[in-house]
Amino acid sequence: MSALRGGTGTVTVLLVLIFVVIATQNPSFFEGPPLMAFAKKAAPLVVLAIGQYLVIVSGEFDLSVGSLVGAQVVIAARLIDGDQAMTYPVIGLMLLFGLLVGLVNGLVTTLLKVPSIITTLGTMLILFGAVRYWTGGAPTGALSEDFRVFGRHGPDGVPVIGQLPWALVIAVVLTVGAILLMRSPYGRSLMATGDNDTAAAFSGVRVWRVRTLAFVGSSLMATVAAILIGGFAGVTAQVGEGLEFTAITAVVLGGVVLGGGRGTVVAAVLGALTVEALFTLFNQLYLPSTIQPTAQGLIIIAAVAYASRRGDLRLPERLRRRPDHPNERQLDSSRR
Amino acid sequence: MRASRVLLAGAAGLTLILSACTTDAPEDPDGASADGENGGELTPDAEWFDQAEFDAQLAQRDIEPEGPADEPWMQAIEPEWVDTADFAIDDPEDAHVCFSNASVSNPWRVTGFITMEQQVEALVDEGRIGSFDSSDAADDDNQQISDIQAFVDSGNCDAIIISPSTTATLTPAVETACESGVPVVVFDRGVNSDCMVTFIHPIGGYAYGADAADFLVENLDPGSTVLALRILPGVDVLEHRWAAAQEIFGDSELDVLGFEFTEGDGAQIKDLVSQHLQRGEVNGIWMDAGDGAVAGLEAFEDAGQPYPVIAGEDELSFMRKWDEEGLTAIGPVYSNFQWRTPVIAAGMILAGEEVPAEWILPQEPVREDDLDEYLDRNSDMPSLHYAKFGGEDLPGFPEAWVDR
Repeated sequence: MSALRGGTGTVTVLLVLIFVVIATQNPSFFEGPPLMAFAKKAAPLVVLAIGQYLVIVSGEFDLSVGSLVGAQVVIAARLIDGDQAMTYPVIGLMLLFGLLVGLVNGLVTTLLKVPSIITTLGTMLILFGAVRYWTGGAPTGALSEDFRVFGRHGPDGVPVIGQLPWALVIAVVLTVGAILLMRSPYGRSLMATGDNDTAAAFSGVRVWRVRTLAFVGSSLMATVAAILIGGFAGVTAQVGEGLEFTAITAVVLGGVVLGGGRGTVVAAVLGALTVEALFTLFNQLYLPSTIQPTAQGLIIIAAVAYASRRGDLRLPERLRRRPDHPNERQLDSSRR
Repeated sequence: MRASRVLLAGAAGLTLILSACTTDAPEDPDGASADGENGGELTPDAEWFDQAEFDAQLAQRDIEPEGPADEPWMQAIEPEWVDTADFAIDDPEDAHVCFSNASVSNPWRVTGFITMEQQVEALVDEGRIGSFDSSDAADDDNQQISDIQAFVDSGNCDAIIISPSTTATLTPAVETACESGVPVVVFDRGVNSDCMVTFIHPIGGYAYGADAADFLVENLDPGSTVLALRILPGVDVLEHRWAAAQEIFGDSELDVLGFEFTEGDGAQIKDLVSQHLQRGEVNGIWMDAGDGAVAGLEAFEDAGQPYPVIAGEDELSFMRKWDEEGLTAIGPVYSNFQWRTPVIAAGMILAGEEVPAEWILPQEPVREDDLDEYLDRNSDMPSLHYAKFGGEDLPGFPEAWVDR
């Protein structure tokens, strides 16, 4: 029952509710292979949500992940160009590139004190423009079969489920890793920084380093998501578009408060699964594509409102203060 | 606070239930009639369907175009030639041609624009025109209106070529360009005016959609299921393709499962097709544009189902897949070589040569029997290149298209 406390209650209920409606529409959904197909599709968003969680819980945003996913897939296709031997060198290069983007995001935000929403918006535009310039608007090249294995295949012949997708394995490993990370001293510093960075700084946390590492984590997760998405569906010109908002939606739906300091990795992962389940539900219901965003918006607002009424999302003390106490802001905060 | 909690929970639940109710009973189990189903509606929307234009385009597919058969970009279907002597200038080798482009926001337009630039190089070498200048409006109507105005105000353009981003909004801007006195050439999407010297376009969206739908009707048994994949709603060239398909499927005995909007995104296409395959057979796929067709086919592979009969496009990754897997497929074409014609027409007009008032270019789908030929001709070309780009004889071939 502890899963129903600490912010994950509402999202769990919503996820179960959605699965029940899906089951009434399509009972075969819960047989092995369709469920594994769902896992394969949902894995990239789960990975992205973990990365976004790290940044949001530290009190920042990362809007650059959608563009980064797009850029990474396009770079991979161009450099691999169908050559199996290039697969692992290029994956290594992608991870380095992700590391670099995360470092830039983090250092610009923490040392140059540019608000992260601006920093990462800038990175998003820079990557989007650079990729369009580099490719002339249309990606070229092709991914190798080895590269696509992660997002598309897995060991066959597993009882009941048929094929165990690598994407699911990767998502589970990263989820467990993130849970352990949040229990480590670093995780506690990250959470403390998001809750109140001034207090964290006074207690010896090097805020800039903690936050920069969170951005690096987010960009690396985006890189893994790019490998999974590229593997899942190959290269198209639109890959990655809008993913940053889907990832933020997932995290918020999971009950991680924008502004930082609250929420768990599990909640973010459940949020991602819920968003993907919603897409699947709409599809199973033959809901017209044109009305889907509206229905999605209504459900998300209702769910988050319900959660905050229940107290799942009780805001940190800092955010509940009335603004008519100017004296309270006397401490020179490194928050912008 | 209890009341409001219940209220919110109710609202969330209600939304779910409502969305379930309004769209319940998605499948007509006996498949006898797809009419009235959500998404399977087979009466074209009146806003996007013009019976006379539909009939005209279907007839144009069978009309032998005038002009050299090996240069389809110079061919015209039933042209009405207009005199352009008034626009002739003394020194065309110094003429400055200006081009206002709607965007290069999709691979089809990228391919076309490269072809146009190479055609310009050829014309400059021949002394047909002197120089060329282009602006890109990035799909923004207001940007394109000001781009055109800037060309008019500069006074440097001896001819203005316009590829409008939308029809109604760009009409006044095109008229402004006409009033400036220089010859105006419009191509691809049209405007509601005939002030330009020539309007260049392939046969059109109805013919495209009909080529695809006819192929599915011919190659599938009655009662077979067809899924339509569309990019997005509200764009006339795409809506016309779907309207034509609705018209043809409506008269057939195929069971249209519905349509899905995919934004051309491979991951969405693959997911949507996978979900349809979980619920039953899909025998045919109709697409309003072929990018992402391969992702749709992979959904069949991963689900262990036989390939569908599919209408894609003359896009190379699809054509290569078609060849490798021996699919039953067709590649409908929205002739990419039309990007050559406007600059050639500008050169002809400035030399005082006659051009067709409406220059309708041929639009012939790629079929099984000419698949090999087109794959051969484009063997060096990357994915997301369009086989009927028609630039094989231009300077810079093939590097300009390979290294884009």
